[in-house]
Amino acid sequence: MPALLPPIVEFREATKRFGEGPLVLDLLNLTVQPGEFVSLIGPSGCGKSTLLRLIAGLTPLTAGSLIVDRRSPDAAAADLAFVFQEPTLLPWLSVAANIELPLSLRGVAPAERSVTRRRVLDLVRLSEKANAYPRQLSGGQKMRVSIARALALSPKILLLDEPFGALDEMTREHLNEELLTIRERHAWTAFFVTHSVAEAVFLSNRICIFSANPGHLYTEIPVPFPYPRTEATRRSRPFHDLVADVSRILRSVEPDTV
Amino acid sequence: MSRRLQTIFFPAATGALVIAAWYTIHALLSEDLRFLLPTPTAVMTAFRTHADSLTRAALNTTQGALLGFALAVTVSSFLALALSLSRLVRIGLYPYLMILQMTPVIVFAPMLVVWVGAGLKSVTIITFLICFFPLVVNTTQGLISTDRNLVELFAMWRTSRLQQVLYLRVPAALPYFFTGLRIAATLAPIGALVGDYTAGSSAGDGGGLGFQAIIYSSQAKYAALFATAATTCILGFIFTAGVLSLSWLVLHKWHDSYETTDK
Repeated sequence: MPALLPPIVEFREATKRFGEGPLVLDLLNLTVQPGEFVSLIGPSGCGKSTLLRLIAGLTPLTAGSLIVDRRSPDAAAADLAFVFQEPTLLPWLSVAANIELPLSLRGVAPAERSVTRRRVLDLVRLSEKANAYPRQLSGGQKMRVSIARALALSPKILLLDEPFGALDEMTREHLNEELLTIRERHAWTAFFVTHSVAEAVFLSNRICIFSANPGHLYTEIPVPFPYPRTEATRRSRPFHDLVADVSRILRSVEPDTV
Repeated sequence: MSRRLQTIFFPAATGALVIAAWYTIHALLSEDLRFLLPTPTAVMTAFRTHADSLTRAALNTTQGALLGFALAVTVSSFLALALSLSRLVRIGLYPYLMILQMTPVIVFAPMLVVWVGAGLKSVTIITFLICFFPLVVNTTQGLISTDRNLVELFAMWRTSRLQQVLYLRVPAALPYFFTGLRIAATLAPIGALVGDYTAGSSAGDGGGLGFQAIIYSSQAKYAALFATAATTCILGFIFTAGVLSLSWLVLHKWHDSYETTDK
């Protein structure tokens, strides 16, 4: 990544605790360049989800500083989109209406909304489901709609909190590839929380491994494989080696769960 | 037997059994006691004999039931919204809502007659009081039970409080609202009847089914009394059917209480 551009997200000695509770994030320093795909991995309670919520401006820092797109997180909120672990679709709205909802809440005109909706539904290959209701979709399809809704906002930064955690392995791998394909056309910066090392290695150009108590950035590992990555990448020897390396480091910071 | 046939056959069989038992008990009673249990035939005859007064009374009761029901839906919706927006309002008002519900409406009836006079106004207010509680409780519960993930999503979109209420909390509360509405729909005709019984007026042909019940019982016209009860029952069915249809219209496309076949 060219280091000459101003970073899109920069944490400096960032510290977070909720009320009088324990430290959730301790003295985090993290600089991310535009267009990076950063995976956050670590044991539960290591603050990786909190990190996403901080970038999203859903909760304030306790100490230190955080710059998002040269602004405060709250000021940058319109350029962010969040994909939660649950698809969080509104069950009473059709797929089309779900995708258009955030746009209409922002006052985007109906004609423009439907153009955007068609574009993003096409990206996730669900155009034929525009009029379906969420309960008529499979888990993977719901998640694709959720991603389409996030993309409809044309975000500069996409925050994904274990979006594929509830899906089966096959669906997850398909959606991983799909996500990278979409990203080739729209160079948003991604923060991706996951528990799957293989997923993190496949998707990202950098993996941040966190340790818990207090939440702390343990180490960063660059992923050297060039994009576009495909099924062949996943079967290659270097891929497996890196997955093994990351898993080993993860085990060392997560001794209780092994 | 097909499922459809079953849903017709078994209720019909139950009905036939009940009617047979009814005739049997009537026949077993000694001659001088038989007037206490008029036969279904006698009730049907009473329906025809008193058709005019029963129809007029039913329409009057329907009017009171509809007005009270509509008033309860309107007031409870606004109150539920206020209750849902603030925990302090909720804990401040809730005990008094309970007290209002615990107090038997019949105790209010004489007071209402003094305040607004016997007749439609009193009947409407009594129906309102009876329908009000299940509506406000269910709707409030619905408005405060919104999926936390969806609330978080709206927070992410930086929506206004009003947008959150209109686009998230209100639609999410609809299934709860309809639960309250179904209960209230079965209560409304009974409420209007009780209201009419305790605070009704026959002035200008304004008497309802409750008033008719007083007249028939005082004249020992027991078959007509049964016909009055049956009429109230039919009213209740019509009310419930109306609300169930409305609920189906609003919810069937998306809510899990209506099964989907096109998965």
